[in-house]
Amino acid sequence: MKVESQNFIPAAQIAILNPNIQEAVTTGTRNSYVKRNIAMSTPTLEHGEAMRQQAAEAKRRALRNLPDLLEKAEANMTANGMVVQWAQSGAEVCRLVVEIAKKHDVHLVAKSKSMVTEEVALNDVLEAEGMEVIETDLGEFIVQIGKTHPSHLLAPIIHMTKPEIRDLMVKELGMAPTDDAGEMTKFAQAYLRHYFLEADMGISGGNFILAETGSICLVTNEGNGRMCTTLPRVHIVIVGIEKVVESVKDYATLTQVLPRSGTGQVMTVYTHMINGPRQAGESDGPEFVYVILVDNGRTKVYETDYAEALACIRCGACQNACPVYRSTGGHAYGWVYAGPIGAVVTPLLVGLENASPLPQASSLCGACKQVCPVNIDIPRMLLELRHDLVERGETDKKWDIGLKLWAFGNQSPRLFQMGGAVARFGRNHVLKNNLPGPLGGWTDYRDFPAFAPKSFHQLWKERQAAKNNGGSSNG
Amino acid sequence: MENSSDRPSPQGKKVSLFVTCIVDMIYPDTGMSVVSILEHLGVQVDFPMAQTCCGQPAYNSGYHNEAKQVAIQFLKAFKDAEVIVTPSGSCAAMVLHEYPVLFEDDPQWQAEAQRIVSITWEFTEFLVEGLGVTDIKARLAQPATFAFHDACHGMRLLGLGKAARTLLGNVENATIADLNECEVCCGFGGLFSVKMPDISNAMLQKKVNNINASTASTIVTGDASCLTQMNGGLSRNGSTKKVRHIADVLAEGLTEERK
Repeated sequence: MKVESQNFIPAAQIAILNPNIQEAVTTGTRNSYVKRNIAMSTPTLEHGEAMRQQAAEAKRRALRNLPDLLEKAEANMTANGMVVQWAQSGAEVCRLVVEIAKKHDVHLVAKSKSMVTEEVALNDVLEAEGMEVIETDLGEFIVQIGKTHPSHLLAPIIHMTKPEIRDLMVKELGMAPTDDAGEMTKFAQAYLRHYFLEADMGISGGNFILAETGSICLVTNEGNGRMCTTLPRVHIVIVGIEKVVESVKDYATLTQVLPRSGTGQVMTVYTHMINGPRQAGESDGPEFVYVILVDNGRTKVYETDYAEALACIRCGACQNACPVYRSTGGHAYGWVYAGPIGAVVTPLLVGLENASPLPQASSLCGACKQVCPVNIDIPRMLLELRHDLVERGETDKKWDIGLKLWAFGNQSPRLFQMGGAVARFGRNHVLKNNLPGPLGGWTDYRDFPAFAPKSFHQLWKERQAAKNNGGSSNG
Repeated sequence: MENSSDRPSPQGKKVSLFVTCIVDMIYPDTGMSVVSILEHLGVQVDFPMAQTCCGQPAYNSGYHNEAKQVAIQFLKAFKDAEVIVTPSGSCAAMVLHEYPVLFEDDPQWQAEAQRIVSITWEFTEFLVEGLGVTDIKARLAQPATFAFHDACHGMRLLGLGKAARTLLGNVENATIADLNECEVCCGFGGLFSVKMPDISNAMLQKKVNNINASTASTIVTGDASCLTQMNGGLSRNGSTKKVRHIADVLAEGLTEERK
């Protein structure tokens, strides 16, 4: 997917001015956030915080042993009859998939939801090779017919209102107009049915790779994942290398926090544990299962101080909790991953120079860290990325100069008080309620208060003088 | 999260007030409110005149060198302090959480930074957890209804919120109401509100709507910066509601004799 993150500020402003996006994103994120809070705390879950810490440690342990676990996973998946392949780049992922498809004479591909394939823009490549590709997750299906991109990790069309979805389905699919979400879903279900039955190849992502057993775990709510991974002759799992976990035990912890954090569900409707192709005597399942382990920049992140970002289990809780994401929606972030975790991983995966506004897109309120099921310290990483921008000299010169002057003034008590006096005069007598230059955006929307006639320094000095002269302590 | 048990008890010690740069210049009366409450409780208060700012504006923008220069001035200003109290969860969090990072590999200042971290308290947590005071025996002249906005850094980095509610809850004539989404950021975020004013304002408008929908006439918070953002939005939107600092509301109750 093309990276457009440098355009974050104007794109965000467009989203803020779009009432449909505002309504849809506000409602969608709030619902999931409220449900998440209920699902992760008493009385629903007595030890939610302990479970969060346990999940965090499970992923940290997996990251610490990542190379070993990946080799173990590869060995066990191979023993289970899966063909494991490694892809260093997005282009390599696409090349491998095309090779497999050609080998098995594939014409129709049914896809289950996968963010990694968004990263590598797989659909475009397959279509260019003459294959038909159909997204079967309802949200992704709407994204596909609308020729857009998912704007949220779990809810790809969280930015759309129901009437917008209805109109799109009427226009693109010839659906009879209805405002009933159930009817719309039924229509999509019926529409997709023959694709499931006819597809030669299914593509899915993976939520966890279990090194211990060589299994791929996939959680879904719609059942489309099960169809994509069992009906077609060939199944390809495309999964990031950071998804590997050590054991069934760790998976047991993580699979509890993932749905709770994402949608507030205690468990997802479907949980698949994929252990290889159809075995002799089994009546269903694909004949071939391929697993493509995707790097695409991840080992580079692994080598940095930001490795912790790879612990993300893509639950979307940080997006739902983030007041910035709630205001801008996901598309403004300009790549696959939006919201707080997107503001961290996008610069790490596509280069800070291609996503420099994203680390600034946060008030550092900390809501993301608070809800993160694996306790990723997103605010700290945003601070570090801001520091990297300064170190690399990729900052706006007006801030370089402004903050240097500010620091100079704040190193000296005398300059600090003089600066205060100048600011007081400027605000109270010259500028009034219109802050100058780069500060002007502030007073476009809000009133800036007058400075007090006397600073606390002055008040205290007078108070002490009065005290020394025998005045009252209230002086 | 900082735990009061990590820091030695501040009881009986002289307090050095870190008033914060914004209170110093815009809300000095809030600083005086803190002084009057502390003195009312028999605490000796001192104000080191060499203080400026904690350094957070530069630090949060990624300018560690500039932040450090200002933080060193903080360490110098408070070199004789036994206990530091500040009416800001955000500035307290800067000292408690970021000074250890900022001075991590600094042989000259690391020890002093650690000492400062071990004696620094946000105002409400100082009263409740430091001094063990939950009732300052205050009374408001007129009954009034308040609601709290939980300022982000205080709430999420220091675990604040309960102390301020306890203190105000024990003020006679004060009723505490709910503020919907009281834990959601007001959109200030320091220079964030300047660098991305449109997004900051979108966040602010939601806060303004929630404040207007609250039954409370006054919103109480523990940070002058968030207060500036919220009052700026309320006044621009023609709202009659006001946001006040917890110290000012508590101090107002001290002027009345409680029966």
